[in-house]
Amino acid sequence: MASNASVVHDHHHDDHDHKPGFFARWFLSTNHKDIGTLYLIFAIFAGLLGGALSGLIRWELYEPGLQVFVQGSLLDQLNVFEGKHGYNSVVTAHAVLMIFFMVMPAMIGGFGNWFVPIMIGAPDMAFPRLNNISFWLLVASFILLMVSIFVPGGPGGASEHGFGGGWTMYPPMSANKGSPGAAFDLIIFSFHLSGASSILGAINFITTIFNMRAPGMTLHRMPLFAWSVLVTAFLLLLSLPVFAGAITMLLTDRNFGTAFFDPAGGGDPVMYQHLFWFFGHPEVYILILPGFGIISHVVSTFSKKPVFGYLAMAYAMVAIGFVGFIVWAHHMYTVGMGFNLRAYFVMATMVIAVPTGVKIFSWIATMWGGSLDFKVPMLWAIGFIFLFTVGGVTGVVLSNAGIDYSLHDTYYVVAHFHYVLSLGAVFAIFCGFYYWYEKMFGIKYNELLGQIHFWLMFVGVNVIFFPQHFLGLQGMPRRYVDYPEGFAYWNKISTIGYVITAIGVVVFLIMILESVIRRRKAEANPWGEGATTLEWTLSSPPPYHQFSELPVIKDEDGHH
Amino acid sequence: MRIRRLMAGTAAVMTALAGALGAGAVWAQEKLGQPTDKSLGLQPGAAPLKHDAIWFHDVILLPIITVIVLFVLALLIWIVLRYNKRANPKPASFSHNTAIEILWTVIPVLILVFIAFFSFSLLRKYNDMPTPDVVVKATGYQWYWAYDYPELGVEGVESRLLPEARELKTSDRKTKPFLLAVDNELIVPVNKVVQVQVTGYDVIHSFALPAFGLKTDAIPGRLNSTWFKAEKPGIYYGQCSELCGVDHAYMPIAIRVVSEKEFDAYIIKAGGKTKAMIAAEEAAAAAAAQQAAANAAASADASATASAAAPAEADAAASAAAPAVQ
Repeated sequence: MASNASVVHDHHHDDHDHKPGFFARWFLSTNHKDIGTLYLIFAIFAGLLGGALSGLIRWELYEPGLQVFVQGSLLDQLNVFEGKHGYNSVVTAHAVLMIFFMVMPAMIGGFGNWFVPIMIGAPDMAFPRLNNISFWLLVASFILLMVSIFVPGGPGGASEHGFGGGWTMYPPMSANKGSPGAAFDLIIFSFHLSGASSILGAINFITTIFNMRAPGMTLHRMPLFAWSVLVTAFLLLLSLPVFAGAITMLLTDRNFGTAFFDPAGGGDPVMYQHLFWFFGHPEVYILILPGFGIISHVVSTFSKKPVFGYLAMAYAMVAIGFVGFIVWAHHMYTVGMGFNLRAYFVMATMVIAVPTGVKIFSWIATMWGGSLDFKVPMLWAIGFIFLFTVGGVTGVVLSNAGIDYSLHDTYYVVAHFHYVLSLGAVFAIFCGFYYWYEKMFGIKYNELLGQIHFWLMFVGVNVIFFPQHFLGLQGMPRRYVDYPEGFAYWNKISTIGYVITAIGVVVFLIMILESVIRRRKAEANPWGEGATTLEWTLSSPPPYHQFSELPVIKDEDGHH
Repeated sequence: MRIRRLMAGTAAVMTALAGALGAGAVWAQEKLGQPTDKSLGLQPGAAPLKHDAIWFHDVILLPIITVIVLFVLALLIWIVLRYNKRANPKPASFSHNTAIEILWTVIPVLILVFIAFFSFSLLRKYNDMPTPDVVVKATGYQWYWAYDYPELGVEGVESRLLPEARELKTSDRKTKPFLLAVDNELIVPVNKVVQVQVTGYDVIHSFALPAFGLKTDAIPGRLNSTWFKAEKPGIYYGQCSELCGVDHAYMPIAIRVVSEKEFDAYIIKAGGKTKAMIAAEEAAAAAAAQQAAANAAASADASATASAAAPAEADAAASAAAPAVQ
């Protein structure tokens, strides 16, 4: 990519770096970088909360018998997450927090906002005020979710708080019959708001990418992270309305006497599952696609080589996005579909392995022949490639309906989606966080702390989730507050892994704290010749308004 | 130094993976019909579908995914060793190789087609139920199961977790396993094709039995169907496999497989009729109907219209005697 040294100088000459006062800057922000930072802070906060909830889950599952979610326990005395219903609420809240309030805000709201405009050479997002309301709708959505935790939601009435029907919210469990009380209605409203937030964000990204690319920045020269956010934005735009429709039908079923999903009134609970997974499957690609983009940049930067097979990489993401819309019922092999339908979904699901394989091998080919520097972001990227492969191949196993009858709704599925999300998406987020840390905040992190963080997390999450494959193969069902003794050993190991991971998270926080206290001044481009995208042509942190004079992209071979 | 650390970490994970993935076998003696602690693989099968599933997993899927993972890992290790900045200070600049890109698209497709071949045949076996010898209806309630034998006239056998099996202290590994033992097991004959019709009463539950390879959702307003043919007498345990509320973990499925004789005795004791009894009754009814038809025919000389009506009457009598099967 053309390195525009002239652009950097321009910014020092004009007055564009005038920043508004604290309140106006952070609460009324229309600046894509500040909004990105807000999203990142929000995601870290939600991630810590969601991680704490998974701690409760692992604590309970450390050994057979009830320890945490039982009468007289600490939680019971605090009147939050009481009893076995409390466990179900925790499982639900953990999933919702991690998906909607941690991974999505970090990837799309955080890194997307920060770097898509810069990478395409735009001064800001197309609709800055829309960007602002996207963020604050998410905050409102988060508040509704938090309130729901303290509102009656279980069949036990006033003593059972929170919604315990899982993030999939299948009726009739999520109908009045299974979940009376206002908790679930609040969750529906929470999803309405976060859905609106994401749709507005998606519109903003699509418009920005299609209309605000710098001169010469054709779509086929656009960096892969921008490509990944573009594909993700389309997935959001097309899938979320279906989700909004499904949960609104749940809302009217619950409160206004409709019977969309109630068989007693001619409705069908399975219809909900089709609608939900028509959204839910693209959703899991929404979570991982921006990660693909980040990994491509990091692998290329630290190999000092251009991305291998740029066009194939971009169109593999488009293909994954497209196929992601036509495989949803592989989540529903056990609901009683006909043979042909199941066979179709087996085949379509397997097809996804092909573009995903193209990506894995292209990353490897990018590194092949490179001059690799194992800085912290590169460690996360290599960790991602390996662990995502493990999660990917178990996905191929699960795609087979015949074997799914033994594995559906067991810990094998839990292990699979945590390998692609907790070890895939989260590793990609940490990868991007370390990669752009200096750029975003203008200070350097401590390399050693970053490496310790990586190794603790790498070992920890593997110890948590790898044994869960064995539990699933033995048939341990998901969302179980307690389990037979035959599952004791691997559950104990898994919980030990959680402790290791938690120490890793503490090191992560220490890493941030240390860098904030020391305030080592950042360089514009700490990564050297391999870092070729436009953000590295700017100062660290970038000027408050960048590219008041648009960069011109000339390089014919600028594929990154 | 940094590279050595990286290597040590990956080597540790690789050993763990190779040990774990490679050994689809066991390190503990596997129990039949319930989970075994420290086990690494699928529960042993006690019905044909599960045997096929285990074969598909252990012989086809597990080796393929293990080889793929180890292949990617080997490439990564090679890259770390060969292309680190000290070993390879000058990076190459290539970014295309059409031949290899075609290869890594086509080879995965071939692998998937290979898997699909076995996958579809297994799915076909699940789908193509032989003519059932016994039909059982399982209904999921919050939080217990109820079983009917609709053809045999036994209804509403409620199956709940034993109070002793609710607590770790009062449970017994041999006779009353924790969270698995129930008061009334679902009783079925050995070596017979059993069709299980599954439905839910209140919310969605899921009827699962790992040793038979079963998992079918119990959905209100729907009647799903699955089948098994148990090979050995014994008790086989499964657990509800769709989140159904507070006591989701407390509504196990227990199937007791017995000889045909014991099964018949159980059905009679439960107030039903065995297949043999029903067949005998049907035969008797048919014989009676035939007798009536013969009588009618004998007196048919008197009226020509009566003889024309008689066969129809006999048919109606026979079909009324045999309750509609399925």
